[in-house]
Amino acid sequence: MRIELTKRPQHSVLFSVLSPFIALALTMIAGGLLFAALGKNPFDALYFYFIDPLRETWSLHELAIKAAPLILIAVGLAVCFTSNNWNIGAEGQFIMGAVVGSIPPVLFPDIQIFLVLPIMMALGMAGGAAYGAIPALLKVRFNTNEILSSLMLVYVAQLFLDWLVRGPWRNPEGFNFPETRQFHDYAVLPEIISSSGRAHWGFVFALVAALVVWFMMSKTLKGYEVRVLGQSPRAGRFAGFSSSKMVFFAFLVSGGLAGLAGISEVSGAIGQLRPVISPGYGFTAIIVAFLGRLNPLGIVAAGLILALSYLGGEAAQISLGLSDKAARVFQGMLLFFVLATDTLIHYRIKLVMRSRASGGA
Amino acid sequence: MGMLEAILLTVATAATPLLIAAIGELVVERSGVLNLGVEGMMIMGAVAGFGMAYVSGSPWIGLICAIIAGALFSLLFAFLVLTLVTNQVATGLALTLLGLGVSGMIGEAFIGLPGLKLQAISIPLLSDIPLIGKLIFGQDPVFYISIALTFAVMWFLFKTRAGLTLRAVGDSHGSAHALGISVLAVRYMAVMFGGACAGLAGGFLSLVYTPQWVENMTAGRGWIALALVVFASWRPWRVLAGAYLFGAITIAQLHIQAISLGDLDFLPAPIFWLASLVKAIPSQFLSSLPYLATIVVLVLISRNRRLTMMNTPASLGKPFVPSR
Amino acid sequence: MANTPENGAIPLLEVRGLTKIFGELRACDAVDLVVAKGEIHSLLGENGAGKSTLVKMLFGSLEPNAGTIKWNGEAVSIRSPGEARALGIGMVFQHFSLFEALTAAENIALSLDSDTPIATIAEKAKSLSESYGLPLDPYSLVGDLSVGERQRIEIIRCLLQEPDLIILDEPTSVLTPQEADKLFETLERLRAEGKSILYISHRLEEVKRMCDIATVLRHGKVVNHCDPGKETAASLANMMVGEEVTNAARTPPAEGGRGDILIEVKNLNRPPATPFSIPLRDISLDVRGGEVIGIAGVAGNGQGEFFEAVSGEVLQDEPGSVRFRGQDAGKLSITQRRLQGVGFVPEERLGHGAVPEMRLSDNLLLSRHSTDSTAFLGTLGVIRGDAIATSAKRISTDMDVRKSGEDPEAAALSGGNLQKYIIGRELDREPAVMIVNQPTWGVDAGAAARIRQSLIDLARSGSAVLVISQDLDELFEVCDAIAVMHNGELSEPLAIGDATFEKIGLLMGGAEPGHVEHDRGAS
Repeated sequence: MRIELTKRPQHSVLFSVLSPFIALALTMIAGGLLFAALGKNPFDALYFYFIDPLRETWSLHELAIKAAPLILIAVGLAVCFTSNNWNIGAEGQFIMGAVVGSIPPVLFPDIQIFLVLPIMMALGMAGGAAYGAIPALLKVRFNTNEILSSLMLVYVAQLFLDWLVRGPWRNPEGFNFPETRQFHDYAVLPEIISSSGRAHWGFVFALVAALVVWFMMSKTLKGYEVRVLGQSPRAGRFAGFSSSKMVFFAFLVSGGLAGLAGISEVSGAIGQLRPVISPGYGFTAIIVAFLGRLNPLGIVAAGLILALSYLGGEAAQISLGLSDKAARVFQGMLLFFVLATDTLIHYRIKLVMRSRASGGA
Repeated sequence: MGMLEAILLTVATAATPLLIAAIGELVVERSGVLNLGVEGMMIMGAVAGFGMAYVSGSPWIGLICAIIAGALFSLLFAFLVLTLVTNQVATGLALTLLGLGVSGMIGEAFIGLPGLKLQAISIPLLSDIPLIGKLIFGQDPVFYISIALTFAVMWFLFKTRAGLTLRAVGDSHGSAHALGISVLAVRYMAVMFGGACAGLAGGFLSLVYTPQWVENMTAGRGWIALALVVFASWRPWRVLAGAYLFGAITIAQLHIQAISLGDLDFLPAPIFWLASLVKAIPSQFLSSLPYLATIVVLVLISRNRRLTMMNTPASLGKPFVPSR
Repeated sequence: MANTPENGAIPLLEVRGLTKIFGELRACDAVDLVVAKGEIHSLLGENGAGKSTLVKMLFGSLEPNAGTIKWNGEAVSIRSPGEARALGIGMVFQHFSLFEALTAAENIALSLDSDTPIATIAEKAKSLSESYGLPLDPYSLVGDLSVGERQRIEIIRCLLQEPDLIILDEPTSVLTPQEADKLFETLERLRAEGKSILYISHRLEEVKRMCDIATVLRHGKVVNHCDPGKETAASLANMMVGEEVTNAARTPPAEGGRGDILIEVKNLNRPPATPFSIPLRDISLDVRGGEVIGIAGVAGNGQGEFFEAVSGEVLQDEPGSVRFRGQDAGKLSITQRRLQGVGFVPEERLGHGAVPEMRLSDNLLLSRHSTDSTAFLGTLGVIRGDAIATSAKRISTDMDVRKSGEDPEAAALSGGNLQKYIIGRELDREPAVMIVNQPTWGVDAGAAARIRQSLIDLARSGSAVLVISQDLDELFEVCDAIAVMHNGELSEPLAIGDATFEKIGLLMGGAEPGHVEHDRGAS
């Protein structure tokens, strides 16, 4: 038996809509089997993963907190991936955004005015964009593979943050804990509806970013340029589009959004810098981008789903004693299924039972 | 054992996993497939190796299981990329993310357990030769495997018919298909070989390098191995050289971090002064050296576009659907 | 009827009812074919008639849906190219199945199913190539070789397997007329040695001259078996196309003197861009309004590089090395050159002239986003989908583009229809200058005639048209003068009245009087 693919004359609209849902369903099934193998009731486990966190208002707020960085980063990555630029260093850009954005409250704690917050956000975006510009520059100028360079820079950024919070930026009144001073009130991103939960304005930023990028990608010449250069660089050159400029554009947009995600997280959810400020948002956002089929509006939904898996992981750990590492497995499987079902969009899949027809018959 | 000898030994130990993983990936890429999942396959090898060694009590069984785990895990990638023609970059990333997740979950039970170390082979007399004795005749078995593997791959690629076929598939899968070569079969085998190598490299980490289980213990070595293949322009002997260069950088920064200035007061004043300057560099900066070195090396090697274009297997990363 | 074996002998190959279906398309529909021993059998048909599909089934690289194949009277099923070779079937592919990064000898070794050492293979290949007068260096890298030399490797590789049947798929489409003559000699010698040849071509003259029998395919079906020597080129063409074939009518250039020089290329030089590409050497050429100038040449002699340079995909150092309508363009981008009134059509349709997975309307914007920005774009660069759809529809109607839906993806169109759309996209702007690379490559006869006529009409309306083509018949049909590109150099144009196949062919082979040999002299 073998699997045979036949190229569809046109991509299937039906499956471009359906494939993320099929992937989700397959992930649920595979996840259920995994839980059963671990000796847990799969239905209970799936309940704690995907339903329980949605039952209370406060946990909806937690969902928004987790979804905000995922959506922000993934929306930027969608521009990158669509233009065929493989930025997988968003985690590093997230960290550098957080670091640069934290300069005002950490180094100038006495300046406590209304302007601090907007400046922090702008610095965060600039920091992330500047850090994203490094692999872009190396790719354009020296033909260096951006996948490897952007990833290496993640490790560098993590170590840099580690050095800052243990060294020069350590809280002088912090009993030698590796963390900066707590941000003052003017440096904290406010909550959206403070009466009902902790969700901060980062989630609003994420929704706005998704809308703006969606508009750009689907309605304007710039978005057209991104798609043409991504699908067919030669045709892009024929159209007079510059692929070098596109490399910078894609990395600056995604670096900037990852940086904004970083400073929003630090300012809105954590309140200070610590050695580790992200549970791998920059990598999980890759899954979000693909699950959202690189469409910013799809990414909003996908970001919420992946955020749910983080919360669900915690819920299942508390209620069932399941390892919280299971969430990472879940996320990994989801990406696999998303990629596999995307094949249906461009190909018909057929199972052939005999190895070859007997041509002589 | 002198200090220089000790340093040389540790360089070899740091280079071995990079060498094995990179040699495996080289074969994969020579067949025209880009598997970015080396990190994920490696960590699966590490966790399987540690776990099975612990269960069975034999590090050798652990090592074999590491190889099998890497190969089986790569099969997942192969199925998506070769049979379902998914995007190779994205699927490789998926393999790494899944590997880190699965290994983290499996390994939870192993945290803090005492590890089993694969014992070094020591050839009597020969290993007593000063300086190089231990280095050449007193290493752990995986070191010898890594060197043998490099030469075996060199011979396979350039001296055998099967190696010629593999290079042909990597150069033009369309032509290979037209001649009746089964492109998919060649690539499945290449990917699984790469997976087995990555698994072995991971097993080395958890059974020789630091015989214990730590989450994410591969620490980017899979990615460095990928960079080494580019650095080596897809030539095995240059992978060997590159792996030892990186081993040296890793060990150098570790030694700088470990040594205390007090031990160096025998040095002449100007050198001591220089050493104290180096010691003033924060440890985090030293730790980031291997990653920065990777970027620098990639920049240097890729700068020449023409050369890069000539060396890269022509169908690397391109999708292939056999028509029937 | 020619379809039955003569004098009762068992034919070498007998095919009955062979059928291949791709999706809804019956690429081959119950095809019958009989090849006797020692004959040159021609397989005639238009692009897309099913010739390549048929021979791929005979060579085991495609699997038939129905039908039987008999080899020396015995029913066989050919499951792979290896099995075909074992039976004694050899194949020379149209788009070569060679490996550029490997040597000639390694390429040959890959198709021999035994584990012979490379050195032995190289030795055999060398002696065989010399005995057929097709010199070949077995240790040269294929990537460094010319198209003709590559074909030689394919042929030697095929002959080394000592096949009884040799299939050649459009072998002369990449050769100069003189190289083609050489090939015919080789084929005739093989026939004399008792081998059979299945010869695929759409060039009627060579089929008439050389082939003993022809099988004509149309839309996947056999329409006739005939003796091509007894037919005329016109009657063969009618069989292939199924209707009266009309060539493009080349009206004489306008009376009252020639127009202004609209394209002026002056001492254009370009270093090789990639390891395997050709440098351009001091190219000069003028094209006036009202005329069509052709550039002939064997593939891979710098035509692609030349197109990139004049189109502005690659910029020049000298502003004056390319001028359009009296203005320097050398340092202008392709977009700026379009704004000067120039239209471009590249060789590759999918992936260069069009994005395969984008709809036709989206593909319209590719070359016209700045020339027609007022019509197609609103504020903030918002794309005006309705205006674009209207224009796309107009182009499709004007050029008679046949498509499955209202606005399909480019990849879903047949080669001919997509090419009509891409040419129509430029004609729709009424460009003062039009530069086309391989206008009808792989296009069916009906579409080709339409495209050629539209180029002539554009020129006669006062525009300057430059056509780069490997197809000599095409150039003689549309051009007022033909220049030849060889090894990155361009000859003086020959007025169409003075040009003959013979003369142009010699120039294509590089035999210009006083011509300086460059590093590729080996051919």
